[in-house]
Amino acid sequence: MATELGPTPVKGPASGGTPVHHGPKGVGEDNKILSQGKWATWLLAPTVIALGIVIVYPIISAIVMSFQKDAGLDPATGLFTAGGPAGIQNYVNWLGQQCAAPGGGTVACPPGTLGGQFWSATGTTFLFTVITVTFETILGFWMAMIMARTFKGRGLVRAAVLVPWAIPTAVTAQLWLFIFAFEGIANKLFNASILWTGSEWPAKWAVIIADTWKTTPFMALLILAGLQMIPADVYEAAKVDGATAWQRFRLITLPLVKPALMVAILFRTLDALRMFDLPYILTGGANNTTTLSILVINQIRQGFNSAAALSTITFIIIFLVAFIFVRFLGANVVEQSGATGKGKK
Amino acid sequence: MKTPRFLLPAATAGVLALTLTACGGGGGGTTGGGSDAEANLEGRGPITYVQGKDNSNVVRPLLDKWNAAHPDEQVTFKEQTDQADQQHDDLVQNFQAKNENYDVVSVDVVWTAEFAARGWLQPLEGNMAIETDGMLEPTIEAGSYQDKLYTAPVSSDGGILYYRKDLVPEAPKTWDEMMGMCSIAKENNIGCYAGQFKQYEGLTVNASEAINSAGGSVLGEDGKPNLTTPEAEEGLNNLVDAFKNGNIPAEAITYQEEESRRAFQEGKLLFLRNWPYVYNLATTEGSSQVKDVLGMAALPGKDGPGASSLGGHNAAISVYSKNKATALDFVKFLIEEEQQKFFATQGSLAPVLGDLYEDQELVAKLPYLPVLKTSIENAVPRPVSPFYPAVTQAIQENSYAALKGEKSAEQALADMQKSIESAGAGS
Repeated sequence: MATELGPTPVKGPASGGTPVHHGPKGVGEDNKILSQGKWATWLLAPTVIALGIVIVYPIISAIVMSFQKDAGLDPATGLFTAGGPAGIQNYVNWLGQQCAAPGGGTVACPPGTLGGQFWSATGTTFLFTVITVTFETILGFWMAMIMARTFKGRGLVRAAVLVPWAIPTAVTAQLWLFIFAFEGIANKLFNASILWTGSEWPAKWAVIIADTWKTTPFMALLILAGLQMIPADVYEAAKVDGATAWQRFRLITLPLVKPALMVAILFRTLDALRMFDLPYILTGGANNTTTLSILVINQIRQGFNSAAALSTITFIIIFLVAFIFVRFLGANVVEQSGATGKGKK
Repeated sequence: MKTPRFLLPAATAGVLALTLTACGGGGGGTTGGGSDAEANLEGRGPITYVQGKDNSNVVRPLLDKWNAAHPDEQVTFKEQTDQADQQHDDLVQNFQAKNENYDVVSVDVVWTAEFAARGWLQPLEGNMAIETDGMLEPTIEAGSYQDKLYTAPVSSDGGILYYRKDLVPEAPKTWDEMMGMCSIAKENNIGCYAGQFKQYEGLTVNASEAINSAGGSVLGEDGKPNLTTPEAEEGLNNLVDAFKNGNIPAEAITYQEEESRRAFQEGKLLFLRNWPYVYNLATTEGSSQVKDVLGMAALPGKDGPGASSLGGHNAAISVYSKNKATALDFVKFLIEEEQQKFFATQGSLAPVLGDLYEDQELVAKLPYLPVLKTSIENAVPRPVSPFYPAVTQAIQENSYAALKGEKSAEQALADMQKSIESAGAGS
């Protein structure tokens, strides 16, 4: 279980990212720092403005829209008229799965409306996220361990592992659609006649398998980067002390790779929560594979303002997940560096 | 280690924000458009024609022809992607932005009502009227909203029943007759009938056909849903029962156009409902098992030809166009017989002019034309509703559940009815 160490020299964790040199500094240097700060402001300004235009403005605009009613039909002219302010009605409708009733007011959304799918879509999204991220973490870790070793043809293996990640998701989805077709390879291979995209659980598994296949390399890559940061002498020392391979994995590899691992899991989780193309192409959202993103896109065609409310809700859900993660992850990062830092000093 | 703690949430927020911005595109749903529809009726000058990807290269030669004859009123081609959804969204965005450079646009027949109700399309009446004599009636119906013509029919499309001439001597005229012939399929160990039953737009087409062919209708004369009728139930039940007794093979629940075509071409089906494009592939592809035994007929109905769903594309003039006189001339040019013929020969697009279906030259090239004419003449446009996206969603989801046996046809239709009512109740 020897983890190969790249040519990277052994670094203390403190040399992470602060290029500021602390030394005896004179007045001149203070001025230099000040003018550097000014410069930095000017240099950063275009980026900040660009971010404001492409991120802040659309978000605010979307949130404003989400408090507007969707355009309704004027029965007299047959033309659409602007809906006017809606208050929080759009949000209430989504969360309570309420739809407009013919006589005014709202009723529970009947099957066949998008409004009736909010909670099932939320459930599906989280189900996909939990299962795919779990699979991807385990498989990705395993792949990373293999890629980190020195052996003949390592470059080839690394390249091969990355192939699925390099294929655009829409293409991947189309490929898996062929594989999971009734006359497709999946059924031929196992001599089965499963309607992969035609019934609930097979459809869900089809999405999970395709997603795992596609994004495990991403996991593996991030974990590999973490593995290569672990100095080889730690393993050597452990070996000398008589630690078994399992002990070395559990007591050295795991704790040291944990920060990188957590970041990888966070990224994948956020990514999985906004999963769209795979289920959209594989199943079209049928058989309970509609994710929140699919719901948003479908809703855009039926009413922007309601879609804006839904995407704001999605945003908040994902943000909460990210927040919980970062709190949990952040605590770990601090503890980790503190402990090793003390050890080194 | 403060930095990562601070940066991570900020970074994630950024990433998430991008997801959100994707949806920030739409403006309010303001319409009106009365004044826009009055403006620039006499305007002449260069215009732009907007259409999806020109796969069979029919648009460019036509534009060259037009441009040669009209040096002062040149038409530029703006080519969209080949995905219908993307074309739709592109048009919506440009109409919302009141883009005056989208003069003449090609619209899928099912978008007509939505765009018209938004006030984006120039009504083709009065000075802007076009000649519709000689056009097949359903194509005009599909181009109209509330009895006003908004889009000029350019190309049409209808469903065809393909069958195996070697196994069935004569094509079935009615649904019951066809189901009666399914014993032949069983003897030959192949599936009997298939259409497109995956949950997508194709299912709306197939379910509507079943309902219309049995004498029902999705929307009534008043535009309100009209699905809780015995006819509609009989229609949907035709499909449900066929799934249950195996006349439609179980795997057809995963079929889109291509899957069903392949199954038929491989000789695994006795009957197939599909579009005219199958003819060319089934008769020329090397792997096709049905090359010499391909039969074509109108879709079977209750006691005569069934009611196909209507496909096709129409041309519409944007109310924001500055050169509407030129735009109108160009639209008239597109529906002239000569251009219609070119669409048919070069692009295999079904003409909208009835006479062309008897044109010897065309029939020699496209032998399915006589059958297709029957199909289009009996066709019913898919529900003409400004809420079409919600209507098709309601039909797809509920008929899919019924076909899979998760709910009865009666329940599915009741749910469709309620969903469509709710979609129209937003005002």
